[in-house]
Amino acid sequence: MAERILIVDDEPNIVISLEFLMRREGYETVVARDGEAALEALARTAPDLVILDVMLPGMNGFDVCERIRADPRWRQTRILMLTAKGRETEIAKGMRVGADAYVTKPFSTKDLVGQVHRLLGA
Amino acid sequence: MRRTSKTGQRLFAVFLVGAVLLNYPLLSLFSRPTDVAGVPLLYAYVFGVWTLLIALLAAAIERTRD
Amino acid sequence: MLQGWVIVLVSFAYLGVLFGIAYFGDRRAARGRSIIANPYIYALSLAVYCTTWTFYGSVGRAASSGVGFLPVYLGPTLMVALWWYVLRKIIRISKAHRITSIADFVASRYGKSHFLGGLVTVIAVLGVIPYISLQLKAISSSFTILLHSPAIVMPAKAVARPFTQDTALYIAITLAAFTILFGTRHLDATERHEGLVAAIAFESLVKLFAFLAVGAFVTFGLYGGLGDLFERAHQAPELERLMTVSGGGYGTWAFLTLVSMLSILFLPRQFQISVVENVDENHVRKAIWLFPLYLLLINVFVLPIALGGRLLLGSGGVDADTFVLTLPMAVRQEGLALFAYVGGLSAGTGMVIVETIALSTMVCNDLVMPLLLRWKWLRLDEWPDVSGVLLLVRRLAIAAILLFGYVYFRVAGEAYALVAIGLISFAAVAQFAPAILGGIYWRGGTRAGAGAGLLAGFAVWTYTLAAPSLAKSGWLPAGFLEEGLLGSDLLRPQQLFGLTGFDEISHCMFWSMLANVGLYVGVSLFGRRSVEETSQAALFVDVFRHTGALEPARLWRGSASVEDLLRLLGRFLGPERARETFLAHARRRGLREPGELPADADLVHFAETQLAGAVGSASARVMVASVVQEEPPGLEEVMDILDEASQVRAYSRELEQKSRELEAATAELRAANLRLQELDRMKDDFMSTVTHELRTPLTSIRSFSEILLDNLDLDLDERKRFLGIIVKETERLTRLINQTLDMAKIESGSAEWHAAELDVREIVLEAVDATSQLFRDRGVAVVRPAPGPWPRITADRDRLMQVLINLLSNAVRHCPPSHGRVEVRLGAADGQLRVEVQDNGPGIAPADHEKIFERFRQVGDTLAGGPRGTGLGLAISRRIIEHFGGRLWVESDLGKGATFSFVLPLRAPAPGVAVERAAGTAV
Repeated sequence: MAERILIVDDEPNIVISLEFLMRREGYETVVARDGEAALEALARTAPDLVILDVMLPGMNGFDVCERIRADPRWRQTRILMLTAKGRETEIAKGMRVGADAYVTKPFSTKDLVGQVHRLLGA
Repeated sequence: MRRTSKTGQRLFAVFLVGAVLLNYPLLSLFSRPTDVAGVPLLYAYVFGVWTLLIALLAAAIERTRD
Repeated sequence: MLQGWVIVLVSFAYLGVLFGIAYFGDRRAARGRSIIANPYIYALSLAVYCTTWTFYGSVGRAASSGVGFLPVYLGPTLMVALWWYVLRKIIRISKAHRITSIADFVASRYGKSHFLGGLVTVIAVLGVIPYISLQLKAISSSFTILLHSPAIVMPAKAVARPFTQDTALYIAITLAAFTILFGTRHLDATERHEGLVAAIAFESLVKLFAFLAVGAFVTFGLYGGLGDLFERAHQAPELERLMTVSGGGYGTWAFLTLVSMLSILFLPRQFQISVVENVDENHVRKAIWLFPLYLLLINVFVLPIALGGRLLLGSGGVDADTFVLTLPMAVRQEGLALFAYVGGLSAGTGMVIVETIALSTMVCNDLVMPLLLRWKWLRLDEWPDVSGVLLLVRRLAIAAILLFGYVYFRVAGEAYALVAIGLISFAAVAQFAPAILGGIYWRGGTRAGAGAGLLAGFAVWTYTLAAPSLAKSGWLPAGFLEEGLLGSDLLRPQQLFGLTGFDEISHCMFWSMLANVGLYVGVSLFGRRSVEETSQAALFVDVFRHTGALEPARLWRGSASVEDLLRLLGRFLGPERARETFLAHARRRGLREPGELPADADLVHFAETQLAGAVGSASARVMVASVVQEEPPGLEEVMDILDEASQVRAYSRELEQKSRELEAATAELRAANLRLQELDRMKDDFMSTVTHELRTPLTSIRSFSEILLDNLDLDLDERKRFLGIIVKETERLTRLINQTLDMAKIESGSAEWHAAELDVREIVLEAVDATSQLFRDRGVAVVRPAPGPWPRITADRDRLMQVLINLLSNAVRHCPPSHGRVEVRLGAADGQLRVEVQDNGPGIAPADHEKIFERFRQVGDTLAGGPRGTGLGLAISRRIIEHFGGRLWVESDLGKGATFSFVLPLRAPAPGVAVERAAGTAV
């Protein structure tokens, strides 16, 4: 069964590119545009990895990450955070709330895909 | 305009060196009918010192950019 | 076989080239694109120091006394090291006081004394005439020799030839005509001749290359290199001694070095080129090592050529001064000989032209004009235009100087070799050294002292050098040489007071310097000083401190009128020029018209300085004084003022210092505090948001670009889609950057605002037109505001357009397609004009009413298909409206559309807004 990836980002074009990239690698994709939708999609589709943008309308990405980790069901779900600010504080914060990896925007597609592969153990 | 700038002092030193090297008595030391590399000693000495002075002047000017 | 006409043709062709270069240089300068404003040209032009003396005479000297020709070049090499202090100071002083010649310099320094200026001029002219005659001798000899090529014939003694057959005369006439053309085409207040400098730089190159060519040819062509040459020379015993300095020669060596050190500064042509023609003080730096390098290069082959000449041509028949020419001729190298001739011509003409121009300037400004001014019956001060007279005087001076040069050549030129003649001139200009060097470093030097020194030095020079030169040529009884004046042994001109063992130059230098310096110092110390001298002395010696030259203004009291000064200046510079300079001066002081200039001491000083450029500072002083009624302050007063000034300055400086330190400390503390706060804020700052915002479109661009690169097998539709996204994101990025910059500019207050009175409806209509495409694309209807009349408001037209376009495009984007409707309404009430833009879109929740005006905020997705907003549009719009004293807000409810309104005050603009009164708003 193909792995499923949940893409959480409010920028339509970035979503398109991420979807394309993941589908090309043979993954299934689900999209959510904000924190609430993300949690709902998480419950509905149980993805194996979440690509989570930090800047979201409403709840920001860190909070979403925290919420995900707080739920025992999703402890094993891989979380890859997308952030535009590459400072150490951000990264550290991300690690602290339980992300497994992070990528700064603008990212190299190879790099992103590579991270996804690594996280999914492919 | 710094009156006692390094460049000015260096140049003055070059002046003194030149004045001493190119006059009696140092000059008389080289005033001998011998040759160095086929060239008369005095000739070689004077032109050598002259070249040296020019090089020192250039160095003093180009090195310090005040 | 070189025929006469070929040589003449070549000569005139070369002069023509020089003239062409000079003309070109002047034209470029007039257009403001100077070709000489570079240190290499400056350094090259200084090589005018090397004349036919260097070109021909050095070889002659070397052939008879070995390395004895060198001190004349070593001296300048040593002197340039001191140029850093001395020359720069002289240049600074000269620029500050508009000094245009040596005579001017001396006159100005010692209280603007006409007497000193005239004395210096006389000494300079008399001293340099032998030097000029030596050029004539060299050029005419070289011409004659070349004429008889390939036979080597020494020119017959000049005195044996009648005038009309003397080539030297024709050469003198040609040079006079040429110099007049070169240097007196017009009067320049700064006495600068850009074209001349360019031509001189060129001729420096020509003579260098010519000499190097001959030198290389002799050394490597005729012989097998330096070693070979010297070896052969060793075999001829009389040439041995040329390789060393003989016993008594050291004294000569030292004195020659000294005298040439002074000449490099005080020869009129050197002063002209190095000081007056100097464009930029900084050029002196490069010249300090480039010029000695030139001297070295041009002297490398002197001794080889001399030895080669002696070996090949023997030491009897052929004058060693001509070896540079006769050696190539002797081996039938006619091309090289012609080149050498041109080189010599180059060296000679350069010297003559520059020297004569410099001298004629001095004669005109410092000798003739003061005399003419004193002739009351001439009433020169009432002539409307004196510039014609000035030019005439200069041209006559040039002709006269060359004539005297020729006469001296006939009279005394044959007695000496070239170098000896030149040294006579060196000794003459060396007399200026105490007065000038003392003048710039010693405040105590007085006019009386300088005058006494100069007179004494000059007298000694005349007696010990000039007169004997005439005696040796038979124009004065030879007995006077042997027996001394009045038959007294002690007064023998070349062994004065029994001093023997010196060559004539050293002998002269010793006694003349003794008299000159002695009297200068003695009379200065024991004499009295005038007010003018004291102030000038301070100005000169302290020139590096007074960059503004405001001091003289304090030392002058009197009354003048601007018109008088303007008229005075007009007579010498021409009315146009005068008006221009006054206008520029007025502008510099922030006024619009020369008429607005206050007739104060500063203006008088300015007028004097400008005038000095044309007629010399002493004359300028006199003339300006005649225009204004001046009361010179007494000596006491001046001393008091100077004293007081320095005391007060010292005291207030202390006070200022203390209070400044205090202020600085508090300011620092405050600043540090603010900075900390600032840094804190910067965390959630505009810029960090911006970087984030910028990365978003960049991410899409990068991703899709990489996707397209990595997936070449995408089908056409997808490819088009992705490329389309890239383009749109690029546009978005551009919009973002532009708006961010706009925002930053507005916030920081560095945006430009051009306020004017506007008709708002007209702008609204324009904005609607500008966005019409958007409306059409989405099928949204637009309702324009009613015709009016509407009162006018004051605002920036472009910015207002920006606001309206922003509101309109927002409205369009939020309207439902196909039945969207946007209405624009105008209204006037309460002294304000009101503009409303209403759409029938989904509306905005009250909670978001203020949020949308925040930066980078967008509320409600724009419906798919439209361009993504930047979130900055409303923020910028609001700031624009607020800048003009208005207010921008929104009224809306969810599901009920939105109305964006702004008001702007009528008429009275907000404070701080500068208004341009526009004559009707054109479309």
